[in-house]
Amino acid sequence: MPTVAPLDLEGHVVGVAFLKGIPFFAEATGAIHRLDHGHKTTEVHEGLLSLVVDEANDTLLTGGEDGKVMRTAADGTATLVAEAPRKWIAQVAAGPQGAVGYAYGKTTHVRLADGTTKEFTEERTVEGVAFAPKGLRVAAARYNGVSMHWVATAGQPIDLDWKGAHTGVTFSPDGRFLVTTMQENALHGWKLDAKPGAEARHMRMTGYPAKVKSLSWSAKGKWLASSGAPAAIVWPFQGKDGPMGKAPLELGTRADIMVTSVSCHPAEDIVAIGYQDGMILAARFADSKEVLLRRPGKGAVTAMAWSKDGRQLAFGSAEGDCGVVDIAG
Amino acid sequence: MTETSPQKPIPVTVLTGYLGAGKTTLLNRILSENHGRKYAVIVNEFGEIGIDNDLIVESDEEIYEMNNGCVCCTVRGDLIRVVEGLMRRPGRFDAIIVETTGLADPVPVAQTFFMDDDVRAKTELDAVVALVDAKHLPLRLKDSREAEDQIAFADVVLLNKTDLVSPEELDRIEATVRVINPSARIYKTQRSDIDLTKVLDQGAFNLEKALENDPHFLEQDDHEHDHTCGPDCGHDHHHHDDHDHHDHDHHHHDHAPSPIHDVTVQSISLRGGEMNPDRFFPWIQKITQTDGPNILRLKGIIAFAGDAERYVVQGVHMIIEGDHQRAWKEGEKRESRLVFIGRDLDREKLERTFKACEA
Repeated sequence: MPTVAPLDLEGHVVGVAFLKGIPFFAEATGAIHRLDHGHKTTEVHEGLLSLVVDEANDTLLTGGEDGKVMRTAADGTATLVAEAPRKWIAQVAAGPQGAVGYAYGKTTHVRLADGTTKEFTEERTVEGVAFAPKGLRVAAARYNGVSMHWVATAGQPIDLDWKGAHTGVTFSPDGRFLVTTMQENALHGWKLDAKPGAEARHMRMTGYPAKVKSLSWSAKGKWLASSGAPAAIVWPFQGKDGPMGKAPLELGTRADIMVTSVSCHPAEDIVAIGYQDGMILAARFADSKEVLLRRPGKGAVTAMAWSKDGRQLAFGSAEGDCGVVDIAG
Repeated sequence: MTETSPQKPIPVTVLTGYLGAGKTTLLNRILSENHGRKYAVIVNEFGEIGIDNDLIVESDEEIYEMNNGCVCCTVRGDLIRVVEGLMRRPGRFDAIIVETTGLADPVPVAQTFFMDDDVRAKTELDAVVALVDAKHLPLRLKDSREAEDQIAFADVVLLNKTDLVSPEELDRIEATVRVINPSARIYKTQRSDIDLTKVLDQGAFNLEKALENDPHFLEQDDHEHDHTCGPDCGHDHHHHDDHDHHDHDHHHHDHAPSPIHDVTVQSISLRGGEMNPDRFFPWIQKITQTDGPNILRLKGIIAFAGDAERYVVQGVHMIIEGDHQRAWKEGEKRESRLVFIGRDLDREKLERTFKACEA
């Protein structure tokens, strides 16, 4: 039976993560908490907007209302990566070779390990930033599509066009697919190895009753789990055409309680599903079997992250009731 | 469906108006006066806001067309993002003010608060306030449609810089504003000096309050304002390029508004008896579907036959919402009234089809 070690914070939790096995909880206030032989806190931002884990060196990258991009290490020390006074840094991304991506307004900035910064400006506001898994290539989601830029060379970007507002972007772990969340209740995907202009290049994933705000690729990128429905919607990406012509799995279906956060297990085909009422289930893809990980709490689950060994799940909520689930109990 | 929020929705006031109309002055007033409330302000440029407030957020106007084939279904993507960020720490402020650029279309701003589920779950549009530079309005109406849209769309109009025009000019300007928007509250100000209770906390989009504190809406059909054409003036003001203008019909007015040739917005007031809901609802749905792009705002109080409560409706383009408001008072005349503000509206058709919905 899984057990929950609670951590009660005051406000909205933007992101959670494990660094060197230590659970981290980042509050919207800018305080980053960790459970490392007791509850410890680092004040990192005046208002924290965005968070990603830089897997390459086990640190957190965060962007804030204070115009700062910060890197926080497993021991809680925070260092400034970049600063744009008075801008809201709502997008951060971790790239290969120590590159850090961040965006405000219409421009994506990529700060390289040597301290130089490259800028890529779009015609519209950059709403999402992600690095391709291989090669130093950054994708910027924007109105009517995505622009992909090679960071090192000054070539023309590749534009992936699809009408509508694209609010977030992610590459599949093998780099073959790129998927965006949209302002409308849908995902859009591109098969990057299909010919530009080919109809087969597009993947429409629709039918959600709400906006999709949480996406998670399963181990080896075989599945993509998503929020935005009263169940986790899990699209199959094993075939060369991705999910086209196939129905997604619907896991952890509840009558009218929306899924607000999803996080796939690092090794097994299992997804942790966080709901609007704070409940968390784990569901197995193979047989849809569910296990209760946490009973409903005070607020919607806003973020979840697995430890590398897959034995612990950290979670945060909109009302600050956080915790760590020990799966083995 | 979105995250449940235990808090009351945060009211949002939208400030529109041309460059130089006095928006920044009003903002500085709102931020510096001692009213005990804290505001988060979303601006297009930090510009000249002289107040030290860490809750002023700069945001690039980002218009989204919704992928539903409707050209008027637009929202402001940047507001969705910024409001979401602000609402993660709601304890910091009591209300939000959105300042738009001089040329901004107020419609996407307002529609954001109706069409985006996340924004709608946590905030409510309180009122659209338009600042009008009394001196330069005639020129603005000549050279742009935005100035007119801003007035037509407003709940409150501050006719500002009144010290720069003569009383006669001011009367004409006010009459022009009244023709564009018969249901807005108009205040004459200098240097945006206004009692803030007349601008903030208006509840203009709140169905419970909306028409209740809109005396103009209630009275407008009862007696014409002596210095305006009024909403029931049946002349085709919207054909500003139509030289066959019914100018001769204006003679009975004491002060006919002079710059009216640049006004393309019209308002149509409908009045009827008790309505049959089985006819009224399909009708209003159809009207807003077919004429939605031409309708800037609509507001109404409907008396349904056999219904003890007043039903209020309001709309922006194709978005329409309605609800029961309160019981009809004893002695209150049970009649239905509806005002459309828009362009190229077919008055005859609206009047005829509205009448056909009567019980």
